Amino acid sequence: MQTAQTEIESQPTADASYPQREMISVENLSLVFPSPDGDVNALSNINLSIKQGDFVSFIGPSGCGKTTLLRVIADLEKATSGNLKVNGTSAEDARLNRLYGYVFQAPGLLPWRNIRDNCALPMEISAQSSEHQTKQIDKYLKMVGLQAFHNKFPWQLSGGMQQRASIARALCLNPDLLLMDEPFGALDEITRDHMNIELLRIWAETQKTVIFVTHSIAEAVLLSTHIVVMSPRPGRIVKVIESPLPRLKTLAVRDQDAFHALAAEIREALADEHAID
Amino acid sequence: MITKIIQKKWFALVSLVLAILALWYAAALVMNGRQIINHFERKHQTWTYSQVISQAYTVKRPMVPAPHQVAIELKKSIIDKSITSKRSLIYHAQITLNSTLLGFALGTLLGILLAVGIVHNKTLESSLMPWVIASQTIPILAIAPIIVVVLGAVNITGVIPKAIISMYLSFFPVTIAMAKGLRASDTLHEELMFTYNASAKQIFWKLRWYSAQPYLFASLKVAIAAALVGAIVAELPTGAQGGLGSRLLSGSYYGQTEQIWAALIVSALLGSILVWLISLIEKRLLTRRGGLSHA
Repeated sequence: MQTAQTEIESQPTADASYPQREMISVENLSLVFPSPDGDVNALSNINLSIKQGDFVSFIGPSGCGKTTLLRVIADLEKATSGNLKVNGTSAEDARLNRLYGYVFQAPGLLPWRNIRDNCALPMEISAQSSEHQTKQIDKYLKMVGLQAFHNKFPWQLSGGMQQRASIARALCLNPDLLLMDEPFGALDEITRDHMNIELLRIWAETQKTVIFVTHSIAEAVLLSTHIVVMSPRPGRIVKVIESPLPRLKTLAVRDQDAFHALAAEIREALADEHAID
Repeated sequence: MITKIIQKKWFALVSLVLAILALWYAAALVMNGRQIINHFERKHQTWTYSQVISQAYTVKRPMVPAPHQVAIELKKSIIDKSITSKRSLIYHAQITLNSTLLGFALGTLLGILLAVGIVHNKTLESSLMPWVIASQTIPILAIAPIIVVVLGAVNITGVIPKAIISMYLSFFPVTIAMAKGLRASDTLHEELMFTYNASAKQIFWKLRWYSAQPYLFASLKVAIAAALVGAIVAELPTGAQGGLGSRLLSGSYYGQTEQIWAALIVSALLGSILVWLISLIEKRLLTRRGGLSHA
């Protein structure tokens, strides 16, 4: 545990001298859901740029379009206008090439497969060798702390453990991009704190790009390098805040002034646009 | 103490069986009694009610055989005969069972194939479904003799024509249930497969097939009972060849009502055992998936 800590600390942080390539580029993107009693402007003129290696949170009240924007990036929804580039290609190409791992709000584990076989699912689909599959499963189940439960079934695990398994599953394909939709929303606060630190550790170890949807200001401040504040009706970006906090944090960072200042800035941005109606 | 007994599991079953037996004896008395009274009056004899009651349960060719008469007939045809004898109900049950199981297997296979086609291809759905539904509205008693005769003309006899009739009755519930089951997978799981860029074949074998299992097993119970009915109905036009249906037919032909009732009871028992076997397999396969077989 000690050696792992020092290894992580010696890795360069994002604001070092090497340039980051652009992972996500959103230009003037809009998404309108037609409906008989008035169209819903789920997303309106979104402009956003996310660099590789960033941890970006989308935060805002319900209906502000944060999940919709994540789904558009994942090619689960199609924009009605505007441009979107994921890793230089279209969102559809990124999906066809299995560039990202998507973690849903619910664990979404297949109930007829045990944890090990659930993690194997994406690797089976992309036809990877069984030795590689075993190696990946062992590595990522260990990373999320579930190696002892590898042959248990989802119903035998608690909600938090199922969500951890779902994260391990998303990591098994080793994607460059992680898209997470309020993955800890259904968990209690203690488990949530623990999972947040685990996720930070995984992000630091693997240096992936993470887009994280949340409605918890504290969670966004704790985890992110950049915070995208959104507002509803129509769904739009109010402000993009770059976090002054270091990339590697412990829970103790919550006692620092910089933490509270950042949280206050987010709260102000949310209130400014009358986001909380 | 009474409340304790009432709460025991067997109490409901035993009291139900006793109630049915009581009703049965009462019905036998009424129906056979009429027969006996007519018999007396034709011979211009005087009769008393006590005479009627004492004779009602021992009549040679009763309208409604009493439970003990049926029990005696069951003992005669099951225990007193060797299994290979043509008078043994076990022998006949085994003949019916053969065509039931073959027809059920064919019907299940046909039902699943049809459902897979219907779910994956809109053209197949609109062209096949009307025929599938129409096929079930034709009375089986009309179709069974036609199938038997036509197949007999091309020298296909024995188990095959009976199995085809069983298949005809059992494929429909499987088709309908599987078509629903294959479409019943969780939206979240479907989106998950979408993010993995899974092919239609992979989505079928890794997701849809499994989410359809609860629906499949529910329909298998209906299908196997229907297959049994089909096998018995198929035996009616060819009574000479054996089977529970042929026993029913010969019993009614010769006026042996105990024979009819004995064959009926064995058919019902056979059906119950088959459905129970399916539930057993369902439990084994689906509980390992966890408590509730969701859908």
